[in-house]
Amino acid sequence: MIKYNFKFVTIFFILILSFKPLQSAEMVDPIKVNWSFKGLTGTFDRASLQRGFQVYKEVCASCHSMQYLSYRNLGEPGGPEFSEQEVKAIAASFEIEDGPDSQGEMFTRPGRPSDKFKNPYPNVQAAAAANGGAYPPDMSVLVKARKGGANYIYSVLVGYEDPPSGVVLDDGVYYNKYMVGNKIKMPNNLSDGLVEYADGTISTVDQMARDVTTFLAWAAEPELEERHKTGVKVIIYLILLTILVYLSMKKIWSRIDTEI
Amino acid sequence: MSDHEYTPKSKAGKWLNDRLPLLTLGAHLTDYPTPKNLNYWWTFGGILTFCLITQIVTGIVLAMHYVAHADLAFASVEHIMRDVNYGWLIRYIHSNGASMFFLAVYIHIFRSLFYGSYKSPREVIWILGLMIYLLMMAAAFMGYVLPWGQMSFWGATVITNLFSAIPLVGDSITTWLWGAYSVDNPTLNRFFSLHYLIPFLILGLVVLHIWALHVPGNNNPVGIDIKKPSKDTVPFHPYITIKDAFALLVFMIIFAGFVFFTPNVLGHSDNYIPANPLVTPAHIVPEWYLLPFYAILRSVPDKLGGVILMFSAIFILFVLPWLDTSKVRSAVFRPIYRQFFWILVIDVLMLGYVGAMPAEGVYLVLARVGTIYYFLHFIVVMPVVGFLEKTEPIPMSISEPVLSGGAQPSTARKVDDKV
Repeated sequence: MIKYNFKFVTIFFILILSFKPLQSAEMVDPIKVNWSFKGLTGTFDRASLQRGFQVYKEVCASCHSMQYLSYRNLGEPGGPEFSEQEVKAIAASFEIEDGPDSQGEMFTRPGRPSDKFKNPYPNVQAAAAANGGAYPPDMSVLVKARKGGANYIYSVLVGYEDPPSGVVLDDGVYYNKYMVGNKIKMPNNLSDGLVEYADGTISTVDQMARDVTTFLAWAAEPELEERHKTGVKVIIYLILLTILVYLSMKKIWSRIDTEI
Repeated sequence: MSDHEYTPKSKAGKWLNDRLPLLTLGAHLTDYPTPKNLNYWWTFGGILTFCLITQIVTGIVLAMHYVAHADLAFASVEHIMRDVNYGWLIRYIHSNGASMFFLAVYIHIFRSLFYGSYKSPREVIWILGLMIYLLMMAAAFMGYVLPWGQMSFWGATVITNLFSAIPLVGDSITTWLWGAYSVDNPTLNRFFSLHYLIPFLILGLVVLHIWALHVPGNNNPVGIDIKKPSKDTVPFHPYITIKDAFALLVFMIIFAGFVFFTPNVLGHSDNYIPANPLVTPAHIVPEWYLLPFYAILRSVPDKLGGVILMFSAIFILFVLPWLDTSKVRSAVFRPIYRQFFWILVIDVLMLGYVGAMPAEGVYLVLARVGTIYYFLHFIVVMPVVGFLEKTEPIPMSISEPVLSGGAQPSTARKVDDKV
């Protein structure tokens, strides 16, 4: 009797687990992209990272900060790996506020690789005020800060649509198929041919969305490649050690008559 | 407890041992007679010790770089992730380590429930263990607040607000806990202080937990008292140490899998958004290991009632040794209790699942059913089954296949005859 109850409870439990949460019915699952950085040995596509940085610099950076990144990161292993000269040139193309000098005055100077990415706005309030009250989020860890990660960011970038009939949008609000709640204050900033890629790649909306998402994924997890590489080594080491310890255990326990 | 005489061989050893019997302690720990039939569920004590040490060591390093200030905490965590040498590794070990710690402690607790390890004469070990578990929850909760992300802030707000349910003085107590009129910089500061303190309290309790264990010795899958040392026991070293090492390594492979390949899967993505007191997340959920209690809390429409029920869910475990009326320890010989044990496991898993879901519709119903069953299990099932159940015959010792009378002498004799 109780055994049957047990089975019944198990089946009941599996049924519950197979229920999809109610509120997700309205939401569209993000597009699944086969990113090169997925999987146990995933790495970033170097060229895509460099193009993605170009999209960020030319399109996103006018509103979105990336305050936890430094220009030097662009030349570090596992990232876009720009050359030392390129990193210096990129940094120098920004005017960075420094100071105070010996007179107590703030001054600007060309950026150095050690500088943090320049913020487009002096503070959050200024950023919000310039964008219809919606603060463009800092993009340093954006991919980790959104459910769905890179797939979600990419989907939002290519998810702009005309609103379905019946949906009334306020001024400065746009319809996006994948955005939570479908309403987004960021306009569709990508259009075919918008960026002239340095490497000659054709800049379709899809290409730019992929590249900039790859760049953001790296920005959020600059350690990803090293993490994957180290992880494979650590796990192989642990498995070998486990086998050795298992054999030692068998040997030691063979001294007595108990099975292990 | 092995009351063997130990004399160090070297002169220096003898000198030290006469003044502080460390070597005697070492000899006791090495020779400690352990039941030889312990299965792999018994390896989680060693695994938990490893988890605690890992958390303390990684935590001390993280504290060297972390800044406990509302304006700087989030940035300092990013600094650890990006600029500190192997900071990402240390932080991911620490954050996933908390989850692995709880995974291990839940297995450890349910092992105790299955094999009756909380029963006489091991009640004090059980109670010390529960105190460790309570402190672990406090430490984990406060640790989750430290990165000062959205879930940190709102989780802290929800949990500290529970105290405001206390009649009359609730609001004052909450303000006192916060050190402010909302969760703010003083709250973060004291949480960091306590988060650093609690692991050392846990360490102290672990010493007592092991000390209390070494008085009656280990329970075992058969659940019978055994003579120590005897044919039924093996010395702790090398038999148990090597087995614990093997189990620990398997555990470490899983641990490393999380750290290196899905380091954020057990966390919530909202915690990578800096704390914002003006924006409430759509769903505030605690870490997975607290979800069953969160489900119990939300299953009650009344705030105070929910808080009382949630704390009762933990504190009822403290009186478990006296709620269980069965004379037999191990569920191996308790056919009825065994079934109820698995129903409890499923019930707790279900509570954990609905704890992560919005408290509405079918989830609320399930949370209520699950909560009622949870308490029924301890208040009704444990005492009643203990009285009514016909237990199966119990062996006299681990190594001898002779069965005692137990609760069913006739069956026992039949098996006896075959032998």
